Amino acid sequence: MDRTIYLDNNATTMIAPEVLEAMLPFLKERYGNPSSMHSFGGSVARDVAQARMNVASFIGAEYDYEIVFTGTGTESDNMAIMGSLAYYRDKRHIITTRVEHPAVISLCKKLEKDGYRVTYIPVDREGTLDLELLKSSVDDDTALVSVMFANNETGVINPVNEIGAYLKERGIPFHVDAVQAAGKVPIDVKNIQCDLLTISGHKFHAPKGIGALYVRRGTRMRPILYGGHQEKGRRPGTENVPGIIGMGTAAELAMKHLPEYATRVNKLRDRLEAGILGAFKNAHLNGNRERRVPNTTNVGFEYIEGEAILLYLDQQGIAASSGSACSSGSLEPSHVLRAMGVPFTSAHGSIRFSLSRYTRDEDVNHVLAVMPEVVNRLLEISPYWDSVRQEGRPINL
Amino acid sequence: MWDYTDKVKELYTNPKNVGKIDDANAVSEVGSIVCGDALKLYLKIDDKHVIRDAKFETFGCGSAIASSSALTEMIIGKTVEEVEKITNKDIADFLGGLPEEKMHCSVMGNEALEKALAHWRGEKIADHVDNEGEIVCQCFGVTENLIRNVIRENNLKTVEDVTNYTKAGGACGTCIPKIEDILHEMAGEAKKAETTKADKKPLTNIKRMQLVEETIANVIRPMLQKDGGDIELIDIDGKDVHVGLRGHCVNCMVSDVTLKNTVEAKLREFVEEGITVHEVKS
Repeated sequence: MDRTIYLDNNATTMIAPEVLEAMLPFLKERYGNPSSMHSFGGSVARDVAQARMNVASFIGAEYDYEIVFTGTGTESDNMAIMGSLAYYRDKRHIITTRVEHPAVISLCKKLEKDGYRVTYIPVDREGTLDLELLKSSVDDDTALVSVMFANNETGVINPVNEIGAYLKERGIPFHVDAVQAAGKVPIDVKNIQCDLLTISGHKFHAPKGIGALYVRRGTRMRPILYGGHQEKGRRPGTENVPGIIGMGTAAELAMKHLPEYATRVNKLRDRLEAGILGAFKNAHLNGNRERRVPNTTNVGFEYIEGEAILLYLDQQGIAASSGSACSSGSLEPSHVLRAMGVPFTSAHGSIRFSLSRYTRDEDVNHVLAVMPEVVNRLLEISPYWDSVRQEGRPINL
Repeated sequence: MWDYTDKVKELYTNPKNVGKIDDANAVSEVGSIVCGDALKLYLKIDDKHVIRDAKFETFGCGSAIASSSALTEMIIGKTVEEVEKITNKDIADFLGGLPEEKMHCSVMGNEALEKALAHWRGEKIADHVDNEGEIVCQCFGVTENLIRNVIRENNLKTVEDVTNYTKAGGACGTCIPKIEDILHEMAGEAKKAETTKADKKPLTNIKRMQLVEETIANVIRPMLQKDGGDIELIDIDGKDVHVGLRGHCVNCMVSDVTLKNTVEAKLREFVEEGITVHEVKS
């Protein structure tokens, strides 16, 4: 293969050619500081403002100043949570889920050490959140609820609109980590009724190093960084102008391509998934089939290990991801799969394929063509396969 | 992505000696599917103790497959006596090194070999290294003995090292204090071994006299004074130390015991073996 078949778009995406084009002047001749009192810099401020408007309409924000540009999705998540807690000092309770991204979970673990009470809402075997438990966990001490829109590993979508409506009624601030939803499904902060929402540029074909936090008008929070007046003092530091321009263009493109995700990308993902699940009896789907983003599939293989699968796929020019312990270096399989109660036997063999609008039919054909060789080779090496076969368990390839 | 050596890549891509041996006379199984890696090893050992054939089946990542393959290549054609000396480090070296986080794969290979040889010798496998001793890490079923062996063989210093080599402590972390204790204890033993070694050097007369004076002043006298006694150093003649017991010690019924068990014992511990203490009655 002369071209990498890139099916790891939940990890990061390629920069769209149009995005790169839009950014280039700001990496070359238009290097001015948008805060400067001269037209060389001031003209850049107008482009930053346009990018901000693009990002605002991308997520349905009413006002452009509700968008705060940050460095990464992680920074936006941290800013949302720490910034809210810094304002509501007397409230010591946070609600989140057991399947959040480390950007939220690690922070919550740290806050627990600092004396905060954190409720981690569990999910069922399909990754679906226990909505009633979330509602009943809210109390007078709750400072913030932080729930991801879509899960990065399984693609499963949480009922953010229902949660938002309930919290609105209760008057509790609501943060949505929408990093894995942006560009894949429509996001509208008016429907969600959230106060804060995180997105990250490099997940929808902008470059790395640019994130944004939506802060609804009137939301109470304090900055977590102190410095200049940039971003109205909410996130000081000279703007990452090329990144902002890139994110603005990427947001515009993403909106245009959303229908393609609902149709072509969705079909392609379904074909890949059905092809794998149909070919291997030791494979099964992780996560709810219906309520998920259209680009992601997470398949668990029993009796073979995920990192080994990835290494073999890599040799075939295919880039994917795994929730196995070995591939993470953490020794335990993914916290998401464990929260779902996926048995260790297949959590170790889980593979995530995440597509993008650049994924083609022939990419999926190639994966389906090489999978049998990869899986059968590893089954041959596996000590479990033979005994399973001899015991007449129902797996025949 | 892991920084695997070319050798590791070559061996996980095209592992050698995959499969089983139907008439194997040494078989072992280590790890489990729950842990994320497992290895079944089959050996055919002849009358002259030569390993004629070795095959494996592995569930695990790239480095687990490569370590298994490396192990079989290293032992085929060798005698049992030769391969008994193989450590996990030898397996890692054969592979041109492994990432630290992946060293436990080489440990798994070494464990499988030890277990298979125990099986061949007719030892009860359940009694062998891996299953001996208290289980320290419940998550991965790692025993204290295995942890100690790996610390010793690889000269490990930190909990992180131990986790990288054995997985112990890598999941819930409950056993980390226990691992710290083992590390401290073993670090202490190593230091003691070093000091004892240093002490073996013969002392000069001057040095011996100096050490005797220091030990009496700083160690022995405070002990005796606690019970109202005291001690006076009268003479040092080679390894013969003459002292006078003072205070309560003078009329103490057990002053002979004190002389041997406290004064002489401490001088032998801190100064030199072979020191004899004599009491000079006043």
